[in-house]
Amino acid sequence: MRYRHNINSEISMTYIVTKKKLTLVAALGVTIGIAIYIFMNSMMVGFDKKSSELVFRSTAHIRVYKDEAMSLPLLPAKGNNVPVIINPSVVPESDKIVDPEKIITLLRQQPDVTLVTPQVTASVFYNNGKSQISGSSYGVRIAEADKMFNIAATVVEGSIQDLKNTPNGILLGVGVAAKMSVRPGDNISITSSRNVTKVMKVVGLFQSNNSQIDKTKSYINISAAQQLLQEGPDYVSDINISVVNPENAPDYSATFSDLTGYKAEDWKAANATLVAAANMRRIMITVIALSILLVAGFGIYNILNMTISQKINDIAILKAMGFRGRDVVRIFVQQAMIIGMIGILIGVLLAALLVFQLSRTYVGGDIGYFPIRFEWSVFFRGLVFGLIVTLGAGYIPARKAANVDPVSIFRR
Amino acid sequence: MQRELMLEAEKIGKYFYDPIKFRVLNDISFKVYRGEFVTLVGKSGSGKSTLLYILSTMDTDYEGKLNIHGQVTTGQKQNTLAALRNEKIGFVFQFHYLLPEFSCLKNVMIPALRLGKYSRQEIEARAYQKLTLLGLQDQALKPASKLSGGQQQRVAIARALINDPLIIMGDEPTGNLDSKNSQIVFDTFKQLAHEYNQTIIAVTHDNDFAERSDRTIEMQDGVIVSTAKEFGK
Repeated sequence: MRYRHNINSEISMTYIVTKKKLTLVAALGVTIGIAIYIFMNSMMVGFDKKSSELVFRSTAHIRVYKDEAMSLPLLPAKGNNVPVIINPSVVPESDKIVDPEKIITLLRQQPDVTLVTPQVTASVFYNNGKSQISGSSYGVRIAEADKMFNIAATVVEGSIQDLKNTPNGILLGVGVAAKMSVRPGDNISITSSRNVTKVMKVVGLFQSNNSQIDKTKSYINISAAQQLLQEGPDYVSDINISVVNPENAPDYSATFSDLTGYKAEDWKAANATLVAAANMRRIMITVIALSILLVAGFGIYNILNMTISQKINDIAILKAMGFRGRDVVRIFVQQAMIIGMIGILIGVLLAALLVFQLSRTYVGGDIGYFPIRFEWSVFFRGLVFGLIVTLGAGYIPARKAANVDPVSIFRR
Repeated sequence: MQRELMLEAEKIGKYFYDPIKFRVLNDISFKVYRGEFVTLVGKSGSGKSTLLYILSTMDTDYEGKLNIHGQVTTGQKQNTLAALRNEKIGFVFQFHYLLPEFSCLKNVMIPALRLGKYSRQEIEARAYQKLTLLGLQDQALKPASKLSGGQQQRVAIARALINDPLIIMGDEPTGNLDSKNSQIVFDTFKQLAHEYNQTIIAVTHDNDFAERSDRTIEMQDGVIVSTAKEFGK
């Protein structure tokens, strides 16, 4: 019978223990690499989360609306026909969605759809005495709209409940309120593009992250908006949809377009610049984090290479005594893995500490606390990448050591 | 008397390619039997060390055929040869090549741990036994690097013996030792060959050492001049 003595790991452990300083330096390299990798990725997750949170305060995951149609040539060029053309222009049709309740019901039945709510957008002038500013009023079903856009979180005075209870109530942006010098309880008159003027009661103020929005936007009940536009109660200009995973919104928009016959625009298409910026940020952070991890790998590679050139005699004698190439690979890969594991362990702890500390740091403004998040998948990814880099950094020099020709060493 | 054949070289030839193609060994053929203490002698550049490394199976780039204890080793895979070296061949080199971070005892144990024929306790007991044979039982737990040159060479011999190999090969085993330690090493080899029936093949340029061995194979310019030079017998 044969015994399996783990002599390979015994040798690699001895190399580690007798070279504590080198081991520690190499491990520290991995520690910093892993910590930065996890930290930066956590930050990226936090940023992404925060920025989509901000986007979804004013943009629905998917918006269904009637797109403007362009006029076509009266007689297209066909065969020998002389084409009759006119200057293309917007066809003067209503932007009304026909039978919105049916479409809303239909959309609610779709899988992965969590919320569907109609909206009437009206361009208005806010008047108070002599001062007049232009803006837009959003006619909404406030309870549904609040679920979708989390309006309540931005309300600084009054409440959305007041809007629901007051048919001619208006929730004003703080910028509009300041310019009009109105406070909750005051009246304000608004005039629509159809020249309808209504006196509204200010029920509350909201403050978003964007001062331009605060200076122009207001929420009113959907029926009030319909009256402003001289339309009936079945008039709806947009239908806003929330889906389970907003990242997949573009997948649904085409389906919804076909389903409803109207244009369905997902938030990514509506905020292309923002999405591009997020992608750029993602690429940048990934490249930087991976390079740092790679540098840590080079640290292990260097130290292992050094150990191997110092131990070249040991390798030769081990091979002479009957150690196979893969035994030698195992000795040095194991050494690299132990160094890596020590580094990864400390690195993960350090990253956790950093993330924890930063997530409790207040940066102020609309952001509040530093947008960084604990995400298990990020820690796991850091661990896996760390192990892969360590394995690679160990295997390459170990392979070289395994191919040492003992005769050439003995004959020196 | 019918003697057991331990090693047989048939028409072994080898080239060096650097700096120019050059034939270092030319049709080397000889046999070594069990219990023989054979020395390989010759001037510098005669090819004796090159031959030893071919016999050791570490150098596989040669022509001809090599047979160790009835097993043809020519053309075998590296892993097969490693296993063969582990079990059947012990090495003693000019520079002792102990692993300096390990104790003497551990150094002796390593080949046996690789082989895995015995349990760890048995291996340790056997390693003590080999060290005792070489008079080093008191040094067993010291790090190898703390010993004198002669002591280190004796530890290396103990290591070569741990798996009870068929053949012990030495490359200038006394080349780096003073005359007193050389004598000890020589006596050990002689004892191993005659009392324990071990086979020993050693390269040396020490004529005194060669003269007192059982048989000397003399080489010159890559060929064997004589295979049975028996001094004073």
